[in-house]
Amino acid sequence: MLTCKQFLSELSDYLDDTLDPKTKAELHRHVNECPNCWVVCNTTEKTIKVYKGMEPQPIPPEIENRFLSALMEKCRRAKRKSEDPTQDAPPAPTS
Amino acid sequence: MGTSSVTPGFDESALVARAKAGDDEAFSELVKHYDRRVFRMAKQITQNDDDAEDVLQETFLKAYTHLDNFQGNSKFYTWVVRIAVNEALMKLRKRRSDKTVPLDEPIDTGEDEMVREIAVWDQNPEDTYSREELGELLDQAIQSLRPAYRTVFILRDIEELSIEETAETLNLSISAVKSRLLRARLQLREKLTRQFKQKGDDAYAYL
Repeated sequence: MLTCKQFLSELSDYLDDTLDPKTKAELHRHVNECPNCWVVCNTTEKTIKVYKGMEPQPIPPEIENRFLSALMEKCRRAKRKSEDPTQDAPPAPTS
Repeated sequence: MGTSSVTPGFDESALVARAKAGDDEAFSELVKHYDRRVFRMAKQITQNDDDAEDVLQETFLKAYTHLDNFQGNSKFYTWVVRIAVNEALMKLRKRRSDKTVPLDEPIDTGEDEMVREIAVWDQNPEDTYSREELGELLDQAIQSLRPAYRTVFILRDIEELSIEETAETLNLSISAVKSRLLRARLQLREKLTRQFKQKGDDAYAYL
């Protein structure tokens, strides 16, 4: 039987379902036999779910409009500059 | 909202292809589709509205000027998030340069995954609180995490990057991401349980 501490240390992987079948079965047994760990597991799962379900608030229109027009203006300028090989920008990650 | 959410009529790969071919209108559509998520993430990391607006601007400008680097191996939004989180962390570092705690503070192996609150929740918080109230509660809980945990939680559980993508973005090992994620999740669980726990006699039924 796992200890509660061992269970907790694997909780993230258990919830993400990334454990090997044997470890997963051991954790599953523990959580069904230990009421405290069941509560912690259940409320951690709910914690993750409530954050995932959180819709971002719209950006206030005055900020969004200001941002969009400034951005597109900068983009146009960047496009013009890109023809000048002396203008080097720092790299962005590749996908 | 997950990255999998679907907006009718929004065809990301077509817009990306058009933007890469130089169509600014298409790029602007992509920006408008994702700007609120980038803004939220920037605010969560920098904890400052002005910084978040700068991050928003710099992120999409960088995405625009480096669109050729995007080869479609990940989702477009994942690529944008990776630019944004680095911009946000740079802002945070700048702002905190006079403080003593570095962002990449070593994580002690102490007992900070301590569990104190063991109580079931009082039904779904989504049903009890208005969207604004709930948003505020969730934001407050995130703000109370230390930056090293907060950033990992935001990337993994809000922006839904994989563990590997999170590790790569933050230049951390997989095991460091996992250990920070576990602590972040447990600390948030602790804070939210204080808020959402069932009131009354049943609250401590498990103790």
